[in-house]
Amino acid sequence: MTTHFFSDTAVLLGRSLRHIARSPDTIISTLLMPIAMMLLFVYVFGGAIRSGTESYVSYLLPGILVLTIASGISYTAFRLFLDIQGGIVERFRSMPIARSSVLWAHVLTSLVANLLSLGVVLLVGLAMGFRSGAGPLAWLAVLGILVLLTLALTWVAVIPGLTAKSVDGASAFAYPLIFLPFISSAFVPTDTMPGPVRAFAEHQPVTTIIDVLRRLFAEQPVGSDIWAALAWCLGILAVAYVVAVRTYRGAVSA
Amino acid sequence: MTSAIHVRDLRKSYGELDVLRGVDLDIAQGSIVALLGSNGAGKTTLVRILSTLLPADSGEASIHGLDVATAGPQVRATISLTGQFAAVDEVLTGRENLVLVAQLRHLAEPGRIADEVLARFSLTDAGQRRVSTWSGGMRRRLDIAMSLIGEPRVIFLDEPTTGLDPQARIEVWQAVKEVASRGTTVLLTTQYLDEAEQLADRIAILHEGRILVDGTLAELQDLLPPAEVEYVQKQPSLEDVFLAVIGTDRGAA
Ligand SMILES: Nc1ncnc2c1ncn2[C@@H]1O[C@H](COP(=O)(O)OP(=O)(O)OP(=O)(O)O)[C@@H](O)[C@H]1O
Ligand SMILES: [Mg+2]
Repeated sequence: MTTHFFSDTAVLLGRSLRHIARSPDTIISTLLMPIAMMLLFVYVFGGAIRSGTESYVSYLLPGILVLTIASGISYTAFRLFLDIQGGIVERFRSMPIARSSVLWAHVLTSLVANLLSLGVVLLVGLAMGFRSGAGPLAWLAVLGILVLLTLALTWVAVIPGLTAKSVDGASAFAYPLIFLPFISSAFVPTDTMPGPVRAFAEHQPVTTIIDVLRRLFAEQPVGSDIWAALAWCLGILAVAYVVAVRTYRGAVSA
Repeated sequence: MTSAIHVRDLRKSYGELDVLRGVDLDIAQGSIVALLGSNGAGKTTLVRILSTLLPADSGEASIHGLDVATAGPQVRATISLTGQFAAVDEVLTGRENLVLVAQLRHLAEPGRIADEVLARFSLTDAGQRRVSTWSGGMRRRLDIAMSLIGEPRVIFLDEPTTGLDPQARIEVWQAVKEVASRGTTVLLTTQYLDEAEQLADRIAILHEGRILVDGTLAELQDLLPPAEVEYVQKQPSLEDVFLAVIGTDRGAA
């Protein structure tokens, strides 16, 4: 019954957040990789990379933020898979609750966890010398894009969470996602890349999104690219949402 | 009076495998019915159809007159399911599990309800501990306790005691009797004949996709030829009836 959608989602969100609070290692482990990458690129490779900006950390941080999301959302697939395996999803589905609230609770949990992670990464970035003179409006735009991207990728993660046959399968889908920032403008400008790689890098969503974030931080005009970034996020969100909800209706009940 | 559970010519197959081939079943309000069947007989399939988790291919199934195929939300508000494998949240404490269910059933005072249920199932002491530290029997009792919250009119228990030690089984039986004493209709599936004998008002045997017989223990015992009664010189056990009805010859044992 949809009348209870919000209260049911809130109750189930509270449940998942308790899970996270009782195993904070899941957040810590998703943070290790992006922070290690940031340290590695800034202190080891950074000197050799010509980013065209004064501070390499400031160039790098937007990409690291996207990497943090890519690494964080795989836990949604993992948690959802465990819930289905444990039979608790079946119990919820046999109860008089709004059925989609089960998925929304997982998605919003991912949003909370990722915002926490992003906050930590930002603090580490600041400690390493990241600076931005961006005004409140630009920060709001950054937050908006990161939230949208997290929602979009989390809905993508819901699909393997619903369909996977093993824990490893549920989390494995994240590897290609984590790889995407490496073939983008996240670490180095795309113009040094060879033809086909460059073509891919320049036309994939991660580059568009990272470039917009970078310009928002650097107080540069974002032009029409912000619409392209938003369109990518919303597009992925819409497709993933529809596929996830369909899969939920079909796969779980079969 | 409409029956609590009404099933007519219900069919379900998985591809080539015809699991339910025309199941007929009527269960009166307030009774405990045991659905007996061997592994793979289709007990879980039937229970999942009745609890709106799985669509049937054809036939009728209704709970208190509500069609499971078309009145899903209303059916879900009437029933509650304890599946074949305990579906409790191990990260939460026992009490938190119960509060969660009470909240999802939109009841007032979920905390008070949780405490009452813990007391009823003698789980108060363990209530504050995470369920991951509980024994299998305690989890199963919690699982059943979670199904009682909100006083659903019909409860499905799919093999409630499989895998439990004798002590835990008795505890679960007590829990089931406790539920039924309040007028709730219970459909439980089992492979244990003594469990059916112990708990059920009526027993239905599911075999090869159909309900072969359905009646009280005494009625089922009458099905066997009286000659056997003479030789054995006691009432045939339900096990004798079960094996005779499904036509398995277990030799001269
Ligand atoms: N999703 C499915 N896809 C294909 N076959 C299935 C599916 N679910 C169940 N079956 C098959 O349907 C038959 C009936 O299964 P069901 O689980 O209903 O039996 P059961 O009586 O509950 O058995 P058990 O006592 O082992 O729990 C079995 O042969 C099973 O393998
Ligand atoms: Mg079964």
